[in-house]
Amino acid sequence: MSTNQTQIVGQSIQRKEGRDKVTGAMRYVDDLLFPEMWFGATVRSPIARGRIRSIEFTGNLPWHEFTIVTAKDISGQNCTALILDDQPCLADKFVNHAEEPVVLLAHPDKYLLEEARRAVKIDIEPLPALFTMDDALNQTEIIWGDDNVFKTFLVEKGNVDDVWASADFIVEGEYETGAQEQLYIEPNGMIAMANADDGVTVWGSLQCPYYVHKALLKLFGLPPDKVRVIQAATGGGFGGKEEYPSMIAGHAALLAWKAGKPVKLIYDRAEDMAATTKRHPSRTRHRTAVNKDGKLLAMDIEFVIDGGAYATLSSVVLSRGTIHAAGPYACDNVRVRSKAVATNHPPHGAFRGFGAPQSIFALERHLNKVAATVGLRPEELRRRNFLHEGQTTATGQVIREKLDLDGLLTRALELSDYHAKKERFAEHNATNATQKKGIGFATFLHGAGFTGSGERFLESVVGIEATATGNVCILVASTEIGQGTNTILSQIAAEALRLDYEMIELAQPDTANVPNSGPTVASRTCMIVGKLVESAALGLKQTLVQSGLLTDDYSLDEWRQACAIYIAEHGALKSFSKYEAPPNIFWNDETYQGDAYGAYAWAVYVAEVTVNLVTYETRVDDFVALQEVGKVINPVLAAGQIEGGVAQAIGYALYENVVWDNGTMRNNQMTNYIMPTSEDLPPIRVFFEENPYTYGPSGAKGIGELPMDGPAPAILNAIESAIGVRVNCIPLLPETLMKVMNA
Amino acid sequence: MTIEKITIDCTVNHTAHSIRAYPMARLLDVLREGLRLTGMKEGCGEGECGACSVLLNGELVNSCLVPVAQVSGANITTIEGIAAGDQLHAVQQSFLTHGGAQCGICTPGMVLAAISLLERNPNPTEADVRTGLAGNLCRCTGYMKIFAAVVEACQK
Amino acid sequence: MRAYLPAYDLQTPANLAEALRLLADAPGVWKPFAGGTDLMVLLEAGKLAHKQFISLWHLPELRGISITDDSITLGAMTTYSQVQTHPILQREFPLLCQAASWTGSVAIQNRGTIGGNIANASPAADSLPALLVYEAELELVSARGARWVSYQSFHTGYKQMAMRSDELIKAIRLPRTTNQWIQHSRKVGTRKAQAISKVCIAALAKIENNTIHDIRLAFGSVAPGPLRCVQTEAVLKSRAIDDATIKDARSALAAELTPIDDIRSTAEYRLRVAGNLLAEFLAGNGIDFHSDR
Repeated sequence: MSTNQTQIVGQSIQRKEGRDKVTGAMRYVDDLLFPEMWFGATVRSPIARGRIRSIEFTGNLPWHEFTIVTAKDISGQNCTALILDDQPCLADKFVNHAEEPVVLLAHPDKYLLEEARRAVKIDIEPLPALFTMDDALNQTEIIWGDDNVFKTFLVEKGNVDDVWASADFIVEGEYETGAQEQLYIEPNGMIAMANADDGVTVWGSLQCPYYVHKALLKLFGLPPDKVRVIQAATGGGFGGKEEYPSMIAGHAALLAWKAGKPVKLIYDRAEDMAATTKRHPSRTRHRTAVNKDGKLLAMDIEFVIDGGAYATLSSVVLSRGTIHAAGPYACDNVRVRSKAVATNHPPHGAFRGFGAPQSIFALERHLNKVAATVGLRPEELRRRNFLHEGQTTATGQVIREKLDLDGLLTRALELSDYHAKKERFAEHNATNATQKKGIGFATFLHGAGFTGSGERFLESVVGIEATATGNVCILVASTEIGQGTNTILSQIAAEALRLDYEMIELAQPDTANVPNSGPTVASRTCMIVGKLVESAALGLKQTLVQSGLLTDDYSLDEWRQACAIYIAEHGALKSFSKYEAPPNIFWNDETYQGDAYGAYAWAVYVAEVTVNLVTYETRVDDFVALQEVGKVINPVLAAGQIEGGVAQAIGYALYENVVWDNGTMRNNQMTNYIMPTSEDLPPIRVFFEENPYTYGPSGAKGIGELPMDGPAPAILNAIESAIGVRVNCIPLLPETLMKVMNA
Repeated sequence: MTIEKITIDCTVNHTAHSIRAYPMARLLDVLREGLRLTGMKEGCGEGECGACSVLLNGELVNSCLVPVAQVSGANITTIEGIAAGDQLHAVQQSFLTHGGAQCGICTPGMVLAAISLLERNPNPTEADVRTGLAGNLCRCTGYMKIFAAVVEACQK
Repeated sequence: MRAYLPAYDLQTPANLAEALRLLADAPGVWKPFAGGTDLMVLLEAGKLAHKQFISLWHLPELRGISITDDSITLGAMTTYSQVQTHPILQREFPLLCQAASWTGSVAIQNRGTIGGNIANASPAADSLPALLVYEAELELVSARGARWVSYQSFHTGYKQMAMRSDELIKAIRLPRTTNQWIQHSRKVGTRKAQAISKVCIAALAKIENNTIHDIRLAFGSVAPGPLRCVQTEAVLKSRAIDDATIKDARSALAAELTPIDDIRSTAEYRLRVAGNLLAEFLAGNGIDFHSDR
């Protein structure tokens, strides 16, 4: 039997769990049924800020049949543990945002449960609330801490203040982005079983089993082995199931503990949209010094995000947004001052891109203004400032990889036929009064993995286990949420061990069975976890080689035989791998200087639009997404990631508007929160360049978040090229464009 | 006032069923909870996302918007009734090959919408595909791989 | 699902007579229920106030499309899918077919009915402006008998209809008088498909030598109900299409529309874009369109 030499990495192998998905056999949390299961519901604050005066259980309902949980039923700490633990699991005495959970109910009849939910009356004495970043900064009320500020960062390179006097031009601009709903099609949900003997077990739709685990430990004051978190198949996350599932798991578990029954707590769409996290709204101010040749001399950036009522993840969202704020440009003097502030909105949270789409939107819009001021084409201005190998980013990170942004830009402009279209559109626009065509682009980067020292602190562990048949099971807490975790990790393991893809499987993410490979976030699963899978797989092989059961050159049969013998002798064949930072990577948390990320993906996106002046609608006609992402593990899945991200970002740019009314989302329905349908999107043309990264599995970097960053500025740049009007806020709705054009 | 449950006779995936349910119960809940056909999902509960799609007398409908009292005598096909045993339908196979499924939550509805489209229009243009699937929202794929899957499936 | 299901009844009478008897015996107790595409949404949200319904979906008397030399009559339970695919409707009443294709998605079009759409009386309903310009008539039936009414006077306020509580809409009749008219419609929605309209226009006109001999205009989402714009029509009749005419028509239209701000759009946008849509229609059939910028 010959050695199995087939290359598996780089092939578009079919999705591991694909068959169950196309046949409907896949079981998501709402598809699970437990004997004697009850249903749970959450009663929430109707107003944004106030003091709870009383809770009444009204109406002609058999209240004795219900399990009722309030803050006083919490045995451990009343918090949803995350970073600062400031967010209560159930509001006690005060509410700080609309839809904040106050009372939990469970009952076996889910229809009666809804009657009961309506019959709980929470009487709240209103307190003044904050809904804008300016009010938070101006401290018109203090609603959090001493100053309404969750976190502040300062990134300083050189000294911007030395430059203003000598600049040929100083260009200023202000840019705003709105909240965005993740809108995974499967709403959040959890099932819990909990009692004093067995502890707490939850099954749910989630991205980060160990985040939920940590939160439940604190909430119940239990030892780690008494809490178990199991991921059910998860119908999309995009960050929206990063932190909030900890809250729902806590609620389901509190009800289950008190009821003595399994409790299923599934949000409907309206509740999910109104109560759970959204992308942080932002405001960025740029002040840029540039010389007449278009060389950026100083970039002074002020970046503020609205964190909502509790700290949750805002500090880390702010961090990523801050670090990406100066983009892929070499500038000697950069200052980024950033703040995450508190308002009485429901906490904003993780959403694909995690702060970077906000600050990159501002920068890539602003650079077009800088170019126009200097009198350069936007592409020329960028070419004169691109980062090159050996140069440093805003945090002083030396670019050690081969980097050819010039080449990337040239190729993207060719692929999109940018220059020819620019000319054609100018002619078209001169003769067409109502249809204006434009083309624009954005150039950007996205760091893979946790920021700065994050991966060192995480200390992720991956396990891999062989069976006596020679099949291999990957043990990770990294979750499949649609992005292809199961498939690419299997490909990486199969490649490392030279086994068939079909021989690899993934253990269900279950904190009782899998090590903590870290959260499924931050474009880290492929690059960081994938590398650990590769190492653990090689460890498995090494064990067999060192035991004399295998030579370096082996056939599948020899592999199977070696596994069988080893397991017969030793009981099990397992290998674990723990994260170690690549050499030469250093980050200073105090100065916010150093290697912010192990690697970056680099991209140029080009959007072509038509703006209709009858209706002020913008349609994206064509979209080119070119990126350098290291080795592409699975081309179809990778392209799918990019296409999906671009689609979400087109929504972010043009459609997706959260309508707030005193801190309550008013359009919390799919009918009225507008995500793109199949008819609203252009052809999304995806192209990769591959520059293998030394410390990624087979050279891969991260790609999950990248496509969220570039489309919005590319589209608004295209709109400016179409109509000559500069708009700097998203979502850019037709109503806004009408106002701007008729101002 | 409390209404009694009623009995509804209908055929689901070629099998006759007699269902007891409140008259206004959603077909979605009756199929998922009563018959344990959980392939269809509730994404929005308002006929917007299409995740709960089924074929009702051969026509694509949102099962969240159909009260069970209206399906008496009807012939219903869910995603579980599409593959012939282990043999996937061409559309299902094509979704697998082209990466048309990511998180999978919209997939059963999307597959049924595609099958329904191809039955009405065996050779759709891309514009027809876009229109035919516009009632099935997908947040993962950006739809491109789904278009490719449907176009390939109709060539078979 | 937020409704308390045991509180809701949905009767399925075997025929129209039985349905009408239920309505007559207990006036106001029963309300009609068609394809469910609007009422089920309210039910799911726990906002369906009425509890007792009569299903009309299966009634054979309310189905079918019949044709005479003078008119086409649609049973009230004719679905949007049936409207779109009907060859004579496609040829003579393209605005109705177009509106049917705009309504929701395929799955909605398979369940949504023209009669249900009228009775739901949403100002944003896609097909109602088309019915207005086609000067549709409605057949209302009750246990007491049947009567035909003009659709134009049917909606009397927000969700208010000139119909008694024991009556049903049985059929919609469209006079076949459209062959001399230029027909035009356009919907501006929140997105391209599966969208609720922010403003929409349906227009018929007889234009010769750049002169408007006759015109019918209706708009959606700009008033408490779908609105036939008779004042604007009066301003336009017998006028040559030029900048002055368009300007006058815009003014008349602005006076006639009463749009509101809601979660989907603004009154200001609706008003201006309604004017733009009218100008676009007129200009497309006369002079070049000038943007109002």
